[in-house]
Amino acid sequence: MNETTSIGQRLTLLLAVMAALLSVLSWGMVTGLARQAAERTQDNVLAASATTIAETLRSEQGEVRLELPYAAFAMLGAISEDRVFYRVTAADRMLTGYHDLPPPGGGTQGQVVFDTGVYSGATIRMASVTRLVLAGAEPVPVTVTVAQTRDGVGAIASDLSRLAAILSVAFFFVAVALSAFVARTSLRPLHNIADAVSRRGPSDLRPLLRAAPADLAPLLSALNRLMDRLGQSIRRSEDFIAEAAHRIRTPLATVRAQAEIALRSVEDEAEKQRLRRIIRAVDESSRSAGQLLDHATVAYRAEDLTRDPLDLADLAIQTAAAMEPTAAMRDIRLRLETVPARVTGDAVLLDNALRNVLDNAIKYSPEDTTITLRVARTGTEAYITVTDEGPGLGDGPVESLTERFRRGSNTGSIVGSGLGLTIAADVLRAHGGRLELKSTEHRRGACVSLFLPLA
Amino acid sequence: MRIPVFALGLILWALGPATALEIEDHRLYPGTGDRILRIVSTTDLAVFEPYIQAFRRAQPGVSIDYSVVSSSVLHRAILGGAQFDLAVSSAMDLQFQLANDGFAQRYNSSATEALPDWARWRDLIFAFTTEPAVVVINSARFAGLSLPTTRQELIAILRDNPDRFSGAVGTYDVRDSGLGYLFATQEDRSTDAYWRLNEVMGRLGPRLYCCSAQMIDDVAEGRLALAYNVLGSYAAERLARDSGGRVQILKMQDFSNAMLRTAFVPASAQETEAAGALIDMLATLALREAPGDWPLPPLSQAGAGQAIGFGPIRLGPALMVYLDPLNRRAFLTEWENAMEQR
Repeated sequence: MNETTSIGQRLTLLLAVMAALLSVLSWGMVTGLARQAAERTQDNVLAASATTIAETLRSEQGEVRLELPYAAFAMLGAISEDRVFYRVTAADRMLTGYHDLPPPGGGTQGQVVFDTGVYSGATIRMASVTRLVLAGAEPVPVTVTVAQTRDGVGAIASDLSRLAAILSVAFFFVAVALSAFVARTSLRPLHNIADAVSRRGPSDLRPLLRAAPADLAPLLSALNRLMDRLGQSIRRSEDFIAEAAHRIRTPLATVRAQAEIALRSVEDEAEKQRLRRIIRAVDESSRSAGQLLDHATVAYRAEDLTRDPLDLADLAIQTAAAMEPTAAMRDIRLRLETVPARVTGDAVLLDNALRNVLDNAIKYSPEDTTITLRVARTGTEAYITVTDEGPGLGDGPVESLTERFRRGSNTGSIVGSGLGLTIAADVLRAHGGRLELKSTEHRRGACVSLFLPLA
Repeated sequence: MRIPVFALGLILWALGPATALEIEDHRLYPGTGDRILRIVSTTDLAVFEPYIQAFRRAQPGVSIDYSVVSSSVLHRAILGGAQFDLAVSSAMDLQFQLANDGFAQRYNSSATEALPDWARWRDLIFAFTTEPAVVVINSARFAGLSLPTTRQELIAILRDNPDRFSGAVGTYDVRDSGLGYLFATQEDRSTDAYWRLNEVMGRLGPRLYCCSAQMIDDVAEGRLALAYNVLGSYAAERLARDSGGRVQILKMQDFSNAMLRTAFVPASAQETEAAGALIDMLATLALREAPGDWPLPPLSQAGAGQAIGFGPIRLGPALMVYLDPLNRRAFLTEWENAMEQR
């Protein structure tokens, strides 16, 4: 299989990249906002300082007087260790302070105007407020400017930026962990479907009728269509086999009848021998064809199993009765030991399975022996055991004997198709039961048990 | 870099064409090398010499050129770009303003990092002592009077004994003394008793001084009964030398200013390395546990504002408020009105 990167990994990676982008973005935003907040704080304090100074402006004997309040500068010193500059001008005349401070930007009276400039080799933030003071006859606009360097703002902003960076990295890792979790969670339905499909038995081609997310519905329906087609094709080939077996059996019966008639009418011993061989070959072919037909029947009926209540004892008795003539031909006795054992299932199929097992037993038993059919129960299961006195199951692994067309290692010259136990095993599997094979003690004979769950 | 020219400095301290600095005292301590650390300071030589000797022991290669000037001269010298490597002054407002206006250069070491936040500003200026302002009295001239413990009591005693104290009270001439002006303005801010005390002193014909040392001398000699707002460290040092019991130090219980003696490396300094080493030594001594033999006290354990009225004056831009020429003019006018009533 040509494997590419898993969807889960790709999804996790994509989400992680997104988380990284968002982390960087949020870090940038927090840094920007922190800087803005710090700047606004400084602006507010500068404005308060300038306003406090402007409030002391008054007119005395026609001159503008003012008094720098201690608090106006103390508040600037309280928030940071920034350098402080100031200037007070009346109209264009310098009243006090640093005369070469950059002039403030224009603004309306009574409002605080902020500006940024460079002074004494440092970037400064200035707040200016203008008030009209009546000095003499004319009102004079007096401008108070308070300025401060921005080191404190930078320090606060970089502190917060560092904190934001740490938080962003933490946020990123949490997001990656969550991404992995989300990827796994969203892929769970897919895994569930895969599990459901792989858990299925080899011949289970029923459609998957489970709830699936809308995204997976097309996949599910495609899978179901595929299984449907596969089922149809299997059914067609089973039909074909059944048809073929049927069509072979009819002419074979004719050939056998003709050969019997011929056998009776010829005198020559060599001819008779030849005819008997023909009859036996025809019998085997007919049996094989019958088993192929059985196999097809099992495959067909197991798909949609009828579950009628029935008693294994009755089944054993009926099947034994049906097989009695075949056994009698070789002087084989069929012994029955039964207890009532109620199961549910398809009587036709179960009869078919038991008949194949019994047929095998008769075929491999020497003449003048006994085959025992025993029906019994355990706590949850009912079973029929067929024990013969034949050569046993050989040395190979017994499980493989239920494989199609597989025959035991000690079958010797006995003709067989290798389908009998396969059919029995298939039937039992369809009923939720199983077929157990073992050799009897002292390797005398085989013991085949058909287990079924009790009703 | 554009050096800002601060109008205030020029107006107030450009008293005539100041071609040479008015140096009160000067001494050169030769070292073995050719490096010279030039210190300009308001601290008397007698007080600062132990520090210089300690520094010479640690760095024998450096010669030390020590000039004692008044705080205003120091301020003017630094404004004028005079070549000094370290400026030490008790007038923390003027020191602060120089640092604020860009006349100081940064210095940073583990020793300065160890200083509390309130004892340094922007790695430019470093405080290494906490020195309170005290009242010094002549015991003989106070005979029979209970010693005042608050300004209220002091005002009462002065008012009730005009004959005894007439012409016998001394304080800083805040027009001349930077430290006197700092103490006066901080008291103005902190207690309303200050102006009433000034009124009472003004009626007694106070004698005005430039410096703590002279005031203490006059108290010791009996020429003064009382000196107000004297630097406590100088008085203590004087008391240690003079065992006559004639001088007593009173610490007012209602309120007490404490000044931080500060040092900074001027922007124009050459020997910044040696200057930094001396700052490190002073900063380390500032945090010493035991007083030891040093003439100046260490930094107080209480930080600025921790004990209201008793903590050191805060090193911050508010110090510049009273240096503003308008504020200064207004303050001095009021002060003169109170002090010069005759």
